[in-house]
Amino acid sequence: LVFTEEDKFGLYSNLLFKYFLAEGIVCGHDLFVASAKEHPDNILKELPAPLLDDTYRKELGDEAAVVNSEDCQDSMKIAWRYQNLPKMETSPTTYTKFGHYYDLSKKMPAELCQSVKWHSFYLHEELSSEPKMKAWNMNSGYARLLQSIQRIISQEGFDGSDPQKKQRNVLRIGIQSLGSVLWGDDVCCSDPPADPHSLTKFLYVLRGLLRKSLSACILTVPSHLIQNKAIMERVTNLSDMVVGLESFIGSERETNPLYKDYHGLVHVHQIPRLNSLICDVSDTKDLAFRLKRKLFTIERLHLPPDLSDTVSRASKQDLAGSAKPLSSGCGATGTQHLDF
Amino acid sequence: QGKFTLLRDTRTDGSFLVHHFLSFYLRAGCKVCFVALLQSFSHYSIVAQKLGVNLAAAREQGQLVFLEGLKSCLDLLFGEEEQPGQPNPLQFLSSAELRALFEFVRASLAPCAQRDWKGPVLLLDDLSLLLSLGAAPVPVLDFIHYCRVSVCCQLQGNVVVLVHSSEDSEDEENELLVNSLCHHSDLILWAEGLATGFCKDVHGQIKIIKRLSLRQAAEQDQVQIYQYKIQDRNVTFFARGLSAAVL
Repeated sequence: LVFTEEDKFGLYSNLLFKYFLAEGIVCGHDLFVASAKEHPDNILKELPAPLLDDTYRKELGDEAAVVNSEDCQDSMKIAWRYQNLPKMETSPTTYTKFGHYYDLSKKMPAELCQSVKWHSFYLHEELSSEPKMKAWNMNSGYARLLQSIQRIISQEGFDGSDPQKKQRNVLRIGIQSLGSVLWGDDVCCSDPPADPHSLTKFLYVLRGLLRKSLSACILTVPSHLIQNKAIMERVTNLSDMVVGLESFIGSERETNPLYKDYHGLVHVHQIPRLNSLICDVSDTKDLAFRLKRKLFTIERLHLPPDLSDTVSRASKQDLAGSAKPLSSGCGATGTQHLDF
Repeated sequence: QGKFTLLRDTRTDGSFLVHHFLSFYLRAGCKVCFVALLQSFSHYSIVAQKLGVNLAAAREQGQLVFLEGLKSCLDLLFGEEEQPGQPNPLQFLSSAELRALFEFVRASLAPCAQRDWKGPVLLLDDLSLLLSLGAAPVPVLDFIHYCRVSVCCQLQGNVVVLVHSSEDSEDEENELLVNSLCHHSDLILWAEGLATGFCKDVHGQIKIIKRLSLRQAAEQDQVQIYQYKIQDRNVTFFARGLSAAVL
């Protein structure tokens, strides 16, 4: 269960949401899209087109090769102690074949969309509640969504209940803007909310459904609107993975030279610890993202080399104060200027 | 015998303690009632296998009574009408009453004539989740009290409960619950993330508090602090500052 905290204007979280769905289509998984904001048909029409030709991959590979060869030739003269450190990979290597790349300027062709089975749930089009829901004691919008998901899982055999099915497939569930006012839950606008347990109960039941079936789910939640932090803590405990996106649009960080290469920060609050005592934690927790037309990269945040002639101490301290500390690989880029 | 152990975690995940106690008590031959609210049976089973215990076999033999919260709640909400004689233990999802859960615990740990297991043990993962599911803190404390009376006092068994907490938490209900439980526990194992932040070699610090003051008036609580690192099949403990990476 991947829980994504939306950035203020919802631009980037929507993007991640679309990538998740597009990847599902390309991999041939079934999709279930639920939203109270946009009709799921529209969401599916807006998915980015996959880059299926190999020429783009080759381009990326060439770029990376050029960069690598340049760096190798400069051996370091002053900061020679850093020479022995492993080269810090800021962006994922282009040779990994995991996943696909997408072009945001083009829409996914309709034939590709039709090639997978997809189910939608648009809150405002759903029929009125079924009689069994009295036992639920939960927000009716959430309850209906859960019933719909459960029905699809059991009908389509994702929970292994139908032994005749030869090919097992994975269901990708995407739920947009959960917890917003459009779902009938006032957790985003009042503190304390009228029914503080609806969202958490929903997540618990959803978790049960996911564990029982071959499905994965991504949720986006406008957590910046949720005043009640207790609910956020409980929700974090109920999710497997919690990722927050903070975009720089409209904040003072947009003009901060420290962040000029990036469009926002990625906060990983929790990673899944399933089926094992340990979890796979990466070395650094400072991640930033940047959006290009064909690539949405998440990289380790690092300070660009300080190439200015005049160094003013005061501004440096401001930058250092607002940024989190970086890893020691920063020196490996080989700064030219000395700074004492 | 008859002890109430509280597992507490702050800023980190203390579930490795739950896995440890589960395999510890099963290996010791105790009858265990495990109320697993957070994860599925297969998750615990896979980790227990790494620790050398077979949960499925224990369940077959009757040594382990496993309540899989996630599955029971699906049965409650999506299943057919329940039989009158066997109320679903997770009824509190709809009615906010924890009585059915307590009855389940009591029935599963009642001494049975077939096999003679050593002392009964109730293991709960995790209690903070009950608050998320609609129960208020006072009924949860009442439930724990009933469990203590029946398991620790009447059956001379042990109770181990996991809760989450945090210093600057805004979840007042949870903090109330945790503070109250701390006062009533015989032993507190408190796993904390390091105050200085995340570290690859030291995953956290564990404080072991033996509440001797509970049993005898003049005694003081004994506190021991170690740091730990979690590995795939094991957790290594060491004194503060003496991690293998430093030495």
